[in-house]
Amino acid sequence: MTATAFGWLVLAFPLAGSITIALGFRQWRGRTAGWIGSGAIGLAFASSIGALIALQSRSPSQRALTSSLWNYIATEGVNVKLGILVDPLAVFMCLVVSGVSFLIHVYSVAYMDSDRGYSRYFSYLNFFVFSMLLLVLAGNFFLLIVGWAFVGFASYALISFWYRRRTAVRAGIKAFVINVVGDVGLVIAAILIQRDTGALDFPAVFARAGSVWHHNEWVIVAICLLILVGAFAKSAQIPLHTWLPDAMEGPTPVSALIHAATMVTAGVYLIARTHPLFELAPTAADISAAIGALTLFFAGTVALVVTDLKRVIAYSTISQIGYMVMGVSIAAYSAGMFHLMTHAFFKALMFMAAGSVIAAMAGTQDMDRMSGMRRAMPFTSVAFVAAALALAAFPGTSGYFSKDDILAFAAERGSGYWILYVVGTVGALMTAIYAFRMIFRVFAGEPNEEARELEHGHLAHAEPVNPLTGEPEDTDVGFPGPEHHIAEREAAMRAPMTLLAVLSIVAGVIQIPHVTDVVTDFLAPTFADSRFADVEPSVGLSVLTLALGALMSLSGIAIAYLVWVRRPGTSAQLVARFRRTHDFLIHKWYFDEAYDLLVVRPMTRLGQAASRTFERVVIDGVSQGAAMVVRAGNSLVRVAQSGIVRYYALALMTGVTALALYFLIAAK
Amino acid sequence: MMDIAWYLVLSAFIFCIGVAGVLTRRSPLVILICLELMLNAGNLALVAFSKMTGNGDGQIFALIVMIVAAAEVVVGLGVIVAMFRNRLPMDVDQMDELHG
Repeated sequence: MTATAFGWLVLAFPLAGSITIALGFRQWRGRTAGWIGSGAIGLAFASSIGALIALQSRSPSQRALTSSLWNYIATEGVNVKLGILVDPLAVFMCLVVSGVSFLIHVYSVAYMDSDRGYSRYFSYLNFFVFSMLLLVLAGNFFLLIVGWAFVGFASYALISFWYRRRTAVRAGIKAFVINVVGDVGLVIAAILIQRDTGALDFPAVFARAGSVWHHNEWVIVAICLLILVGAFAKSAQIPLHTWLPDAMEGPTPVSALIHAATMVTAGVYLIARTHPLFELAPTAADISAAIGALTLFFAGTVALVVTDLKRVIAYSTISQIGYMVMGVSIAAYSAGMFHLMTHAFFKALMFMAAGSVIAAMAGTQDMDRMSGMRRAMPFTSVAFVAAALALAAFPGTSGYFSKDDILAFAAERGSGYWILYVVGTVGALMTAIYAFRMIFRVFAGEPNEEARELEHGHLAHAEPVNPLTGEPEDTDVGFPGPEHHIAEREAAMRAPMTLLAVLSIVAGVIQIPHVTDVVTDFLAPTFADSRFADVEPSVGLSVLTLALGALMSLSGIAIAYLVWVRRPGTSAQLVARFRRTHDFLIHKWYFDEAYDLLVVRPMTRLGQAASRTFERVVIDGVSQGAAMVVRAGNSLVRVAQSGIVRYYALALMTGVTALALYFLIAAK
Repeated sequence: MMDIAWYLVLSAFIFCIGVAGVLTRRSPLVILICLELMLNAGNLALVAFSKMTGNGDGQIFALIVMIVAAAEVVVGLGVIVAMFRNRLPMDVDQMDELHG
């Protein structure tokens, strides 16, 4: 089979899975729906491997294949096909997305077991993966936007999965609205591209780009900035990041899916996919890199103070995506994609472990209430530590090589890019601190009540409440199910976590600077047209970066150990000492408040004013006026309806006679 | 051979009698009879035209009109019988419940 045939199969399986689960939701007993969903994604992963093999058997310059099923829109000047583009970048994304999603599906089979919306959950989950695969396989901007919007919808459906939870529904709406802001940017960018190049297919656009736009012309800069609006909304970069921490309202495996495999990586992919445009518009690329750096720093600082376990991980995702965006914006494409892959491994694992911890805490997510879970949850703690080591870029782990790859590239570009290098290195220190802050606060120390119970074999049970507001809940559909599932007791949760733990630790060996470069070689055909294709960090820079990275990682872990284990009161002292800074950080730099003040409230005011004046006067006037006109005409016509049949007969006769007379006269 | 005009004049006369009956009488039975008159006046004209043009089309139309008329009588008589059964007034002017 050809690579494109496999590409279509990659799309077909998750869609079929989603539809099958949705149509038969009354039939599926027990865990059937979960296994169907996992099977569909597993087959998609197998198809991705098929595409990989089919692609690698071709010569490097022939590795971009397109295929289309039918014309979507064919009109004057616009020709959009329902087509996919299978090239190394798309296949790489397919492998990461379907592979990690498959493991998350398997984990969910057990984790969501007692939820009353089990089938609905897996139907959404399959649709989410389908949308993301459509996004990465799309062969033109049109289909990309379709996949882009599908991902937005799927995230909305899954974040608000517990639809009776008010906070969850709000978070879903927030995510959707911010994503639509991004969609609009992307759509306008696509319109401008169509206007100037007359094409929407990626290969055609990139081939014509150089002749249509001058280097750094304002039009191409504007297009790239609009693309960035879309990318930043999906990838949760400043200033469109506020939805991601709130998205923690969804079930934990959904967080894993959003953060590791689907959704937030879409922006990074988009920048890498449209790299010929960004290389024509270095200004936009530099802005993107700067925002990536700013975001990684911002999110790192916030992650240091947040106490909600899932939100710490959420901010760490924003921070890590910042590294990726920075990487692909400074033309370190393979490094950025490599970090995307390793991040997918350790972030999925981290969420899975966090989900297990939260289950053991009977739904509580606050780290202030967690302590000493190590002995009660040996497997989970090992998995969490593996993920945290990779996140903290501990020497030798996967995150170590991928992060330092990006930083070394920044240093190689030189001049102003050194600032990015410094910010990234400081960010690495913070990453190590907050990663191990979680470890030490959750697993170290005196076992808390839940942990002691669990050591005796009793899983904690609590009255179901909203973890955010403390509102009482029940366990019917629309709220979390009654039972909690921890990795220690569920093989279906342990298996994917084990695999991911191994990958998190060892996956770095495929891309050790100047030793192995599997990812770079594999992606080379896609980025062969890049102006920076031959740029590679020198040995000295790589070694310096690796050494500095190791130093940052180890000192970060040491600081975390000092603050939260050796001298447990230090953290409270620091908070008391730097109250202002702490307030600033705990309010997430006041982004939400600023948006509330600048956007939400003025809009609400405007809406209220409009509803009082415009609605009352104009809309009501028009609609009631129309009703009055109709009523007046109605009473006129009613007179004719006397109900006396002979009058009707007379009217009929008169009409027929008049017609006959008319024709008689006309004939003369 | 008589001129076709005679047939048409006769047909028009019968038709007008029918119309006058429908418009002036209030008994449903008489109205039904008058309707029959109108239909048969039409038939007469059709047959006359058929004879004039020399083909059978008009006669086939006349046959169809007779079938329709038979069906109409069935329904009409059914309605009248139902009115008797329910002791409703035998006056179409009083049956005016469809007024607007």
